This record gives sequence, C-alpha cells and structure tokens, in this order.
Amino acid sequence: MFDRRLVQCFDWSLLGLTLLISGVGLLTLYSAVTADTGTLQKTLFTRQLIWFGLGLGVMIFTFLLSFKLLEHWANFIYVGGIGLLLCVMLFGKYVGGSKRWLALGPISIQPSEIIKIVVILVLARYFSRLVTTRGFSLKELFTPFVLTMIPFILIVRQPDLGTALLVALIAGSMTLFVKIERRSIGYLILNAALAIPLVWFFFLKGYQKQRILTFLNPDRDPLGAGYHIIQSKIAIGSGMLTGKGYLKGTQNALSFLPEQHTDFIFSVFAEEWGLLGTIMVLLIYLMIITWGLNIAHRSRDPFGTIMSVGVTAMIFWQVFINIGMVMGLMPVVGVPLPFISYGGSSAITMMTGIGILMNVSMRRFLFE
Amino acid sequence: MATYLDTVDSDWFRQRLTGVMLCVCAAFVALIVRLVYLQAIEGEEYRRLSASNSIRLQSVDAPRGLVYDRNGKMIVDNRPSFDLKIIVKDAKPLDRTIRRLSGILDVAPEVLMNRLSQKKYQVAYKPIVLLSDIGRDKLAAVEVYKYELPGISVGISPRRHYIDKQSAAHLLGYLGEINADELKLPQYANCNVGDYIGKFGVEKSLEKWLRGTQGGRQVEVNATGQVVRVLKTVDALPGHNLFLTIDRDLQKKAETLMADHTGAIVVMDPRTGEILAMVSNPSFDQNAFITGMSHGEWNTLISNPNRPLENKAIQAEYPPASTYKFITAIAGLEEKIVTPDTEIQCPGYYKFGNRTYRCWKKYGHGKVNIHKALAESCDVYFYLLGQELGIERLAWYAKNFGLGSPTRIQLDQEDTGIVPNAAWKRKRFGTPWQQGETLSTAIGQGFNLTTPIQMAVAISSIANDGIRVQPKIVKSVKAVNGDVIQENSVVPTGSIPASEETLKIIKQGLWEVVNSPRGTAFASRIEHIEISGKTGTAQVFSRKTSDDEESEDVPMHLRPHAWFVAYGPSREPRIAVTIIVEHGEHGSDVAPIATELIRVFLDKDIKPETGNVGQDQSDHSALIKSPLNN
Repeated sequence: MFDRRLVQCFDWSLLGLTLLISGVGLLTLYSAVTADTGTLQKTLFTRQLIWFGLGLGVMIFTFLLSFKLLEHWANFIYVGGIGLLLCVMLFGKYVGGSKRWLALGPISIQPSEIIKIVVILVLARYFSRLVTTRGFSLKELFTPFVLTMIPFILIVRQPDLGTALLVALIAGSMTLFVKIERRSIGYLILNAALAIPLVWFFFLKGYQKQRILTFLNPDRDPLGAGYHIIQSKIAIGSGMLTGKGYLKGTQNALSFLPEQHTDFIFSVFAEEWGLLGTIMVLLIYLMIITWGLNIAHRSRDPFGTIMSVGVTAMIFWQVFINIGMVMGLMPVVGVPLPFISYGGSSAITMMTGIGILMNVSMRRFLFE
Repeated sequence: MATYLDTVDSDWFRQRLTGVMLCVCAAFVALIVRLVYLQAIEGEEYRRLSASNSIRLQSVDAPRGLVYDRNGKMIVDNRPSFDLKIIVKDAKPLDRTIRRLSGILDVAPEVLMNRLSQKKYQVAYKPIVLLSDIGRDKLAAVEVYKYELPGISVGISPRRHYIDKQSAAHLLGYLGEINADELKLPQYANCNVGDYIGKFGVEKSLEKWLRGTQGGRQVEVNATGQVVRVLKTVDALPGHNLFLTIDRDLQKKAETLMADHTGAIVVMDPRTGEILAMVSNPSFDQNAFITGMSHGEWNTLISNPNRPLENKAIQAEYPPASTYKFITAIAGLEEKIVTPDTEIQCPGYYKFGNRTYRCWKKYGHGKVNIHKALAESCDVYFYLLGQELGIERLAWYAKNFGLGSPTRIQLDQEDTGIVPNAAWKRKRFGTPWQQGETLSTAIGQGFNLTTPIQMAVAISSIANDGIRVQPKIVKSVKAVNGDVIQENSVVPTGSIPASEETLKIIKQGLWEVVNSPRGTAFASRIEHIEISGKTGTAQVFSRKTSDDEESEDVPMHLRPHAWFVAYGPSREPRIAVTIIVEHGEHGSDVAPIATELIRVFLDKDIKPETGNVGQDQSDHSALIKSPLNN
C-alpha cells in the first residue's frame, strides 16, 4: 500500500502555484473570448474549463504512479508517441493549411504537444544511465540526437515550426544540463560556424532566405506578422502601470489582436492588468520554474533529476518564447503560453508535466 | 577507479542546476526590463495609439496582367475604378453620415444601409465597400465634401477592361468574385473573400500568371479616419502579361463572317499549333461580368437556346460527318484495303443486311476511286471501306488523329468527344456492336462526336505532313519589366499513322474537293491561292426518317450542321481553318467563310518573319503553275 511518507511529502506549494496560474489563465481567457461577437468563441471558455478538469485528473494519475514505472516504460511510450505523429501525417485533419490534429470522436488532440513529455522521458532515461562528470562525447550523443530528430522532422512537416523548435530546445537544454565533453562542444561550435555561412550562401534559394529573414525580423512583413506585433505592443503598452481594468481591454475587444485566445493571450492580460499584473504573472512563472529546479535538486535519483529538468525547461522555454514574441523580442512563432493559452492538448501536457514534478517531489526520500 | 571518480552525485547536479538557475534569471530579467519599457516608459504613447486605434492596414490591389495578341496589340487592360468605402467606427454619427452621403451621391439611403447590413459581421475597423465604380463626377463630389463625411474614403483599384466588346469573349473568358469552394483550393491560398479571379477562358486557365501579389500599407489615421502618416508600404506586384497566339484583326474578321451564324471557327497554324483565331457564336459582353449584371440580363444569357456562354470551339460536340472521311481513307490505304487504282460502283445506295444505306447523291456517283470519293464525298465508297476495316481498326486510326481525347489546349472544361467502338458501346449501352453501325461511323455519323478544336488538330496534322501538334493559345508570358517568364514552343503530340505515299494521295483528294469542278467546295475556291479541304454535313437526326423530305420543309432546328475543314496554301500550308455552323445545311455553304479567312490571312502576310522575301515569292508562283505533283 501507500507509503505514509508519500502523503507527508506531497508538494502543496507546487499545487498551489499551478492552481493560481491556471486561475489567472481562465480569467484572461474569459475576457479574450467574450470580447468577440461570435457565439462560437464563448463556448471556448466552457471547453477550456473541461480541459482543465481533465488535466487535473491526468496530473493526479501521473503523480500516483511511481516515476520508476515511467522510466521502465519510457521506450514504449516513445514508440507510441511517434506512432501518434505518424497517424497525424496519415489521417490528420487540415486546419488553416497545416495538419496537426487527430480527430477522436468529438475531441481533437494535438500529438505534437504530448510528444514533448515523451521526448523528455526517453532522453532522461538515456542520459541517466550514462551520465558522468566528464560529460557526453559526440558518439554517445548520437542516440539522443536521433531520438529528437524523428519527432522534430515529423512536426516540421505538419508544418508546426514553433512546436518543433520547442522539442529541439527542450532536448538541447537537457543535453547541456548533463554536460557535453569540452572537446565535443568545441567541435560542435566550430562545425556550426562553418556550416551556417555555407548553407546560407550556397544552398538556400532567394525566397528561402527571405522567409528566414522575415521570421527573425517581423518588421520585414508589415502587413502580416509585423502588424500583429505592433498591435500586440500597443495592447501591452497601453496597459501602463495598473491596466485598463478587467474586461475593458479595447485592443482585444476591437479584434486588433490576432489569435487573442491562444498565442496572443498575454497581450490581452497585459492590457487589462498593466505592469503590476504582468510582473505578478512573471513572478509566478519564475516561482514554478525555481520550484521545478529545486525538485530536480532534491531528487536522489538521476532519472528523476534529469526528467524534472526537462519538464522545467519545457515550461521555461514556452513562457520565454511566448512572452518575448508578443513583446516583439522574439520571432513570431506559434507557441502557447503555459496554463493560460486556450488549448486542450497544451493544458493536458502542462498538467502532465506538473504531475511528473510532483511525482519526483513526493518520492525524493525513496533512494536516499 | 576512474569511473568511480566520474560518478555523478548530488553536489555535481547542484553545481549544474546553479548554472541553469542563472540562465533562467537572466531571461526573466530581460522580459521584465522589456515590460517596464513598454508599459511604464512608453506606456503613455501606446495608450494614445490604442485610444484612437490609429494604426491600420490598407490593402493595395495588384493590377492583373495585360493581354496582347500575337502582334503585340492590346486586347485586355485595366482601368481605374473608384470605390466608395466606409469604416463604420469612424463614421460617427453613422446615420447623419449616410444621409449626407446619399444627398451628395443621389443614391437612396436605404441602398447604402442595405449594403452595410450585409456586412455587419465584419471587423469594425475594416473598410466596407459601399458603392463600387462610382465614376469621376461622383468622385469629385465626395472629395469636395470630404470633411463632412467622417469614415468615408475613396479607393482606387484596377478593374478589368476588355477592349473589344464581345470579341474573343470565350477565349479570353471573364472574372468573377471568388466563392467559398474556391477559397479552399490550394491554388487560391493567397486570395481573400471579395477578390476577383478568372472564372472562364484564359483568365481562368492562366490565373497563376495573370494574378499579381496584393500589397498594402500600414498607416496612422486621425480621429475621423483620415490618413495622417504612411508608416510602411509593401508594393503590390503586378501580374505577368500574356502574349496570345491569336491575331486580333483575323479574329475580328472571323467574327464578322460568323455574325449571323451559330457555331464555331478555329484558325490554327498547322506547323506550330498556334491558334490564330477562335470564334464561338453567339458571344457575350465580358465587361458585364466585371461591372455586374442584372438578373434579367443574366437570365437572357443563360436561357438563350444558342448557349452564348459555351465555347463551342472546345465545348460543343458534333458528329464530324464527311470531314471524317479522310481518316477512313487513310485507314483504307494503310490497311491495304484499297489502292488509288481501286474503283467501285456507286449506284446511290448500299445494301447491307436488310437495310439500305444511302449516298447523299440520290442517283449515285458511278465509278469512284479514292480521289473522286474524297472530292465528291461519295458515301458508298466509305461504307465499303468501313465494312472491310471493321470498327476496331477504324477507331484506332481516329484515336491517332487525337479524336476522343482532349487536345490539351490551355483552356478549361474542354470536351473529349467520342470515338465509338465495341467496348465503348458495351460500357455505355450494354449492347453489342452492330455491323451496320460501322458503316455510319465510317462516314462520320453514328455515335461519332468531335469538338471543332479536335477537327482543327486533325486537319492540321494532314497539312503538317503527318505530325500532330498540341494547339496553344499563349505565345509567351512576360513580366512587367519585359523579362520572359515562359516561352511556348511547338509540342508534337504524335504522328498520324500514314505513309508519305498515303498522305500524298489524301492531299490530292482534299485538293480536288476545292479545285476539281465536281468537288464539293469548288464554288468557294479563291483565284490566286490553292486551298485544300473537306466539307461535311452532319445529320442532326437519322437520315432514314427524312428520306423524302426536301430541306425547305425541314424546320430550322432539324437541319443538319455544316462543316468545312481546310488549309492553305495547298503546298506548304501556313493556315488551317475549321468551321462549323449549326443547322447550316451543307458544308459547301459555309466553305466560303473559311476560304475568305485563308485569303485574308495569306494576302496580308506579306512580310516574312524569318526567311527572305524572294524565296517566299518563288514558292508562291510555283504553286500556281503546278499544284501538288512534286
């Protein structure tokens, strides 16, 4: 039966922080969708409530199982995850020009969201078995490289550049965390320095270069991404210190913001709550990330540590890229803001991540 | 020992985690600094911009590519159209603005309000077109009262203009507003609701070249919606210009000649497949599609029994009738069923089984060889040939002339026609092939169906010494700066199964059609140009029932269709003409239209394109002396 210590060590702080940020998310989503005149938009709020409930269930399920089981099954989970991505390729439905969704009866799931957790599991398993203070050699990094590239390529082809980049960033962060040999890292940097100009000048066609430049600098697309960023900056900036008040954001209400319930939801929040609100939200995120790293530190098991770092990296990168993007610091790329953006698959993935952190946190005494 | 030292422990992880924590903190500091900058330092300015919603997007339409004829004469261009637009949120108070506007323009306010209510779900800061193409006088009025009309603006957008009303309408096609189904197609990925796209003809089939890329401007407006500053501009990229193969003057001439008839003309260069003219009559005014037509006008168009919206040159199927006989003749010669010396007796009918198949000439042609059979279009000769050949061999030859499959001209919705054989009939009707049906097929009747463009390709391949080429209507596509985007070359699609010897015999027969005193088109010959051709009279319904009726008694809609396919000059042909006139009675009646077109074209064609003049002239004089016996 349950060890009594499991209950004693339950991570109430992490649960509290998660509920707090999810609450902020639901409030903001309500404001974002009620501004729109369409009735369809309003059902989004109800749907997200249901997803949030489901997410709590998945979170509880994830922390009840010992994470040792996750380690044991990691490879099978990975194969299943890749299978789902292949299903998207074969049977997925097109929405707005890309194929990211798998329809299962009344609901649609986005396997590329879930695959982030799967990659974290499989890499944590691999790294935890071989990790030394020396760091990894290039030869040892070949397997994790392949494990990352398979889902990466499948997601790029959907196409969903944002999620693919996230998978690569998460894998990269985990690799840097477990250390790469000094010699190997030098070798990698040298190669990249040589390859990038070579590819740029000899392999890329004119229009491809244009696309990359526009991606890096949205100002080059003043009628598309560039315009969205301007409107987003107006929304955020016009919030000033204390905001325009809840449900009173004008940029949002007049549909000047694109995707105001998903990628640009932070702009809606910033317009209504001002600097006070945005700093608060950033601090909550920072606390969750710090707490995640703390859990990684306290775990006595390398798998638990590396997995926790992976989950924390996932939360960090999504927060950093999304908020950076809506403020015009980052390229315009579709990455949802954890716990706040609308999206079922994203909510479930985030809740699973929190479940994993709780799991490791609760069992920190097991391997002492 | 070494592995023991390398083993990770809690301290090592703590050290790594400290590094991670530093990176995270740095990133958050960057985000917070940016937030402070946007919300605290620049907040005032952004609050101002948000209060007036002053940064807007305006789209700039790209002009569509222009269309020229083969000689560079313009046939389709763009003219400016002034569109009255309103931005509802700026037009305050809306009621007064609309009333003022209706006074200035002399348009009932209900009309304007009606337009608005249609678009009420549109985003509040997007301009809605209230009236399009308002004309310069109204434009002036709106400009004068500009300051009393908040939220009202006039946009200039390019509008399609077809220079010669009704001319080449089917070939050029027309534009229309993109519909919901088209918006989902990948080729229209860059289009928005309300865009005009090609719906028919060249406008549709070459849409990808003609349509440019929309541009736009980021502007700052003041409280009444007037632009105070242009922040960024993305230029619209105009579409590419098309140079067609048609000759505008020849096209017009053909249309004049065809004015009183229902039917089609295809004029083609047999050597290159270039379409020099393509007429389908009756025609329609393409400009009406651009400016919009009333329900009445539209109903008149679609209920006209002569189907003006159909391009008869490629979309109408007719029995090829006697024009088909040169194919039967080639099959007979190639399969060694007849030689030029073979003679048969035509008594005016042919008995097969318990049925009598009639020749068009009631009392017969007497002794007939292959030249006479072609020249005088003797049915009995071809009944015999057909019977010997059998339907499968005949169908094989017809297919090698391109019948039964689209010619793949660069136009949409081309019909394929029918080359009947036993398998086709079993599939279509579920009944076996009857021997007698082969006889009807051999003279181009029965189940045979062809489009005028298919017959144009077939006769051209005889003129072109057996090489069949793909017909085309676009010579080149050029960018606005003159760069050649695409240059169309000759595309051979096969060679017809006829030896040089066979072709010579057929050409002689086709020459006699026009030049022998007993030839069916002798009356339409031209003094100084030798022309070869073949007439055809396509029965609209079975000849058996009309046996004893005289044509004067036959109501118009039951009269046969008249065909004439021809090329000229007979030696080294440069032009091939196919004409069909619905219910035009006899092929010989419409042949003068074709020979006149050939004459006009060749007589005008005095300046040689590449060769020297002397060569051309000597050829010409040689032709007059000895026709074909080279």
